[in-house]
Parts: sequence; structure tokens; C-alpha cells
Amino acid sequence: MQANDEDILAAAEEWRRAGREVAIATVVETWGSAPRPVGSRLVIDGDGNFLGSVSGGCVEGAVVTEALDVIAAGAPKLVSFGVADETAWQVGLSCGGRISVFVEKVAA
Amino acid sequence: MKLETLSALNEARRARRPALLVTDLSSGDERLVDVASVSSDPLATHLDAALRMGKSALIEDGDQRYFISVQTPPLRILCVGAVHISQALVPLARVLGHDVIIVDPRTAFATPERFPGVPLYAEWPDKVIPTLGIDRYTAVVLLTHDPKIDDPALHLALHSENFYIGALGSRKTHGKRVERLQAAGFSAEAIARIHAPVGLNIGAVSPAEIALSVLGQITAALRLKPDGSKA
Repeated sequence: MQANDEDILAAAEEWRRAGREVAIATVVETWGSAPRPVGSRLVIDGDGNFLGSVSGGCVEGAVVTEALDVIAAGAPKLVSFGVADETAWQVGLSCGGRISVFVEKVAA
Repeated sequence: MKLETLSALNEARRARRPALLVTDLSSGDERLVDVASVSSDPLATHLDAALRMGKSALIEDGDQRYFISVQTPPLRILCVGAVHISQALVPLARVLGHDVIIVDPRTAFATPERFPGVPLYAEWPDKVIPTLGIDRYTAVVLLTHDPKIDDPALHLALHSENFYIGALGSRKTHGKRVERLQAAGFSAEAIARIHAPVGLNIGAVSPAEIALSVLGQITAALRLKPDGSKA
């Protein structure tokens, strides 16, 4: 059961210790009617498997893509999604809110 | 995030210790701050506020932007009474991500067959609850109907910091309970902390429905301010 964000962090540790590449995406800022609160997390592995959610399904796909970049490059990234951003609209944060997501790799 | 930091966060969670993670959003540098170290941290004011509210937040300090991630222990529901309602409550609470502990001195009720995989204490509440500890992340639910079992647990709950106390029983049963508590010296204010009859009024009939109404009330105690507005 991966019901809350802490369980997700436990999974992240387990994955990393099993030798998988892992990135953690955290909602750090929201505006308007964002679907998930600040602090919500998504954990992604190098194969694009993920647990948790940062938007209840709207932009997870795009965050996974960003996470794979972060895993490859190593440096963290702050990404925003919202109606003001056409790309973001395409990936579907259609609820009208905006969110900022911090994506970082689990090092060592 | 360093694996070491991730591991320490998970360790704090298992030990039911609150923890704060401060991340510099430009560099990704991070530090884990425990409750005792909050006051000596450069971001003490922000950390203190985040911890008090139990809310993660983005803050600005000069040119730097930091994310403060607050990790509070998982909510724990201490059920006194290994009864039918408790059996229904366990899977529902799991879905919500809460831990459940069952205490009931009646060994015929408190069996692993009835509660597979649940921490189960077939002991008297006044003996075992002090060893389990009731903290501000704990909800206490009294379900036995039997004052010999419920009352000692209730006394401990009223003397501790917790976010919810609920007690099963009709208004009449609760009336008698209030009389006993008054005789034991509890103030009206303390007694008013008890949710009784337990659960939200959703017309619950079956044990599962009652469990749902109790969990709904626990969620409200967690998420709403006393005036009913969103916390």
C-alpha cells in the first residue's frame, strides 16, 4: 500500500538500495486550484516506473520525463506546469491551477 | 537528495519523530533538522512555523529559495476493544495510511486470527497504554462498551496530548460515563474532548459503516479547525 508520501519515500530508499536509479519529484509551490498540496511527491526510477502523485494524474507523464533527464544529468531541476504554459496545457493540468515541482536525483 | 538523508527521513518516520528537511532549490543542497535543533537553525522562525502548522512550505531568505518539507509521524489509531467494528476499521484505516493498534484484555477477542498483521495487545489498557505512549499524532477510540476496560484507557487519553478521542455508546451510556468522569475529577472542558456517541452522523448501521463514520470524524478532527473551517 502506497497511501501516503512517507510510504513513497520508503519505496524510494528500497529502490535505490536495490541498485535502481531513482529521482524524487516534490510539489514545492501551488497557485489556484492545484490538485495536490505542497509537499506531495512522486518517486520515479530509471525505467520510468513511478509511485505517488504530484497532480492526481494530470502532469505525471511530463514529470516522469523530467525525472529521467535529471537521473541522466544528475543536477536537480525546478519545473512549472499550469494553464499559462502551453506545453503544460497539452500535458493536461486542465483544472486551472499551476504547480512548481522540484525534481532531484537520489545520490549514492 | 542523498540516500543518507532519505534513509534518515525514513528512520525518523519509523521512530515516530517529526523531522524537517530543508532543500536549497538552486543547488539541491539539503539538511535534515530534528525538533530539538529547530531553534538553533538559521531558518528557525520558518522551521518553527512549518512544524507547528504541519505544513511544508517554500520560503525565501535573501536571494535563496528553500523548500521546507515537514514530515510528521504517521497517524496512529489506538483502538480499545478487539471487536467487530475494530475488524472493519483496520482495512479502512490502512487505505487512509494510518497505523492501528488494538488493545483488549479479553483474550477471546484479541486474537491474531481476528486481526491478522495488526499490533495486538491482550492486556489491560492501564498496563499497556503507558508503554505504547499516546502522542499528538494518535487518535484513541474506545469500543468495548465495558467501563472496566474503556474507562482506564479514557483516563489516560484525557491526560495525554492526542488529536482525537471517541467513545462508543448511546447518549445514555455516555451520560453515565460523564458522571463517572466527573466523580473522578475531570473538568467539563476535558470531558468535552470526547466524541460520543462516536462517529459522524451518517446513519451507520453495520460495523463497517460505523468504522467509516469514526474514520470520517477522525479525518475531520485532523483537517478542520474547531469552527469547522479548513485548517
